[in-house]
Amino acid sequence: MKKFSLLSTRAGALFLAPATALVGVFVIVPFFWVIFVSFTNRTLLGRTAVDPDFVGLQNYFALFNPATFFTRGQFGFSLILTIQFVLLSALIGQALLGLLLAWLSQTVTPTLKSFLQTAVIAAWILPEVVIGFAWFAFLDYDNGTLNMILRGLGLPPGDWLLQQPFWVIVFFNTWRGAAFSMMLFNSAFQSIPPSYFQAADVAGATSWQKLRDIALPLIRGHVVTDLILITMWTFNVFTPFLLTHGGPSYRTEILSIYTYRIAFKDFEFGKGAAVGVVIMLINLAFALVYLRLAHKKPVEAE
Amino acid sequence: MQKTQNIFVRRAIFAAAATFLGTVFALPLVWFVFAPFNARAELGLAIPSPFTLSNFATVFQNTFAMQALLNSLIQAAGGVVLVGGAATLAAYALSRSPIPGKGAVTYILLLFSSVVSGSAAMVPIFLIISAAGLIDTHLAVILVFAGGLLPTAMFILRDFIDAIPRSYEESAMVAGASPLQAFFDVALPVIRPGIVVVVVWAFVNIWGSFLIPFILLRSDKLMPASVAIYSFYSEAGTPIVTLLAAYSLIYSLPVIALYLFVNWKFGFRFFGGIKS
Repeated sequence: MKKFSLLSTRAGALFLAPATALVGVFVIVPFFWVIFVSFTNRTLLGRTAVDPDFVGLQNYFALFNPATFFTRGQFGFSLILTIQFVLLSALIGQALLGLLLAWLSQTVTPTLKSFLQTAVIAAWILPEVVIGFAWFAFLDYDNGTLNMILRGLGLPPGDWLLQQPFWVIVFFNTWRGAAFSMMLFNSAFQSIPPSYFQAADVAGATSWQKLRDIALPLIRGHVVTDLILITMWTFNVFTPFLLTHGGPSYRTEILSIYTYRIAFKDFEFGKGAAVGVVIMLINLAFALVYLRLAHKKPVEAE
Repeated sequence: MQKTQNIFVRRAIFAAAATFLGTVFALPLVWFVFAPFNARAELGLAIPSPFTLSNFATVFQNTFAMQALLNSLIQAAGGVVLVGGAATLAAYALSRSPIPGKGAVTYILLLFSSVVSGSAAMVPIFLIISAAGLIDTHLAVILVFAGGLLPTAMFILRDFIDAIPRSYEESAMVAGASPLQAFFDVALPVIRPGIVVVVVWAFVNIWGSFLIPFILLRSDKLMPASVAIYSFYSEAGTPIVTLLAAYSLIYSLPVIALYLFVNWKFGFRFFGGIKS
């Protein structure tokens, strides 16, 4: 039987036109333009703003210059910092904590569950500037809630944003983003037939055994999805800027903040674009892995 | 007997862990519950005595702050209309028309949208907006967000539309409806929950964003609340805590309301899995 089409090709093209135009101009053109700009010495102001010169790979050589690569405030330092940031706050922090939160949510009473979920989700949905300010108050040396608690427990207070800025943004990002992993694992756990767990209960399995031997193998696909998505998001996140502005002395300057400083503070668009290209290449690697896995649905359903 | 006792102990440990983690997550926000209502609020946690709305009164009299909320609304609403409209049309075409290479189009769009992130695309987006002469306009922010959010919106909506049986529109067309009528009168009402999901998601994204308006806008009268909030700092760079707290709460309210709405209506499933 010939399937008659609901929408002719021409009407379909017409329906697609607005979206194609918007995505084309604001997503696809920037992709190619940033590559082009990265080969020039374009600046925001001055002569090279209107008439930039082609400089070949010079911007890339500057980024990967071995003499300064690991110096604070340089590209390499920022790249390594970002990798540490992603490992600690996304892969260890958000994913593990999200798993723990989701697992706890399955076992505790409904009241406790809604308290837990509300607190975790609130950290995630509130606008980033509000969250940034909340943490600024939370960490304040003289009056902040954290130091108040530490003093109450008889522990020494700290000026955390100055003393441990990197750990602050790690904990901050873990706290901010754990909700996504929690919700993903929540729905993953709910997709497991309850009879599996009941059978394990009868056999006297502990909660840890149930998680390790029943739940985790069944939700393997969700775990991979979660790890890739939070890695990509954390890699590109700009929110720590609101807390530390990349400082003190570049100690929290992850790549997104580094790009911002190079392009919009130092006005070196060419170099900023080169950083953008490197970020996009790393994103591309993650996105290809993710889309490949997402398209292989049967694997996940096994 | 031993076993039931064990289960009881385990339950208690789980409950204690959940309470502890919930408290840890809530702690940085507890301050926000009290400070807006405290006329002498500082960065420390304090129960206001008395509870007062005077901070809100001051904020409401600040025309710049109120204008910023309006700007946030203009930018979010503009972006939402574009994303909702263009994504619905495009998703419908991808689902129902025989355009060749539909799968490839969706794939490429998703790939690009995840590769071209805010931090990587800052420079070219700024250059494109400059070249178009749109720097320092609402339209700049609206268009950039529309482009960035569209691929995901289309993807979510296409899943919704694929789940609707084609026979709905087919029977309408057998009864003499034109393809356009079939779309507007038959398909659109059925897709509406999907559109609501996309609209809420886009709104929350634009409303809360900081980086894009921060680099694309210059004049005070166009700043959305996310950027304007930094005007509540004194000349010395210290925050005016009372006003900041009250303003943050007002600014957060739409997001909280939308979350409660979505939670009530859809049980928040969709956020859990962009793909599932």
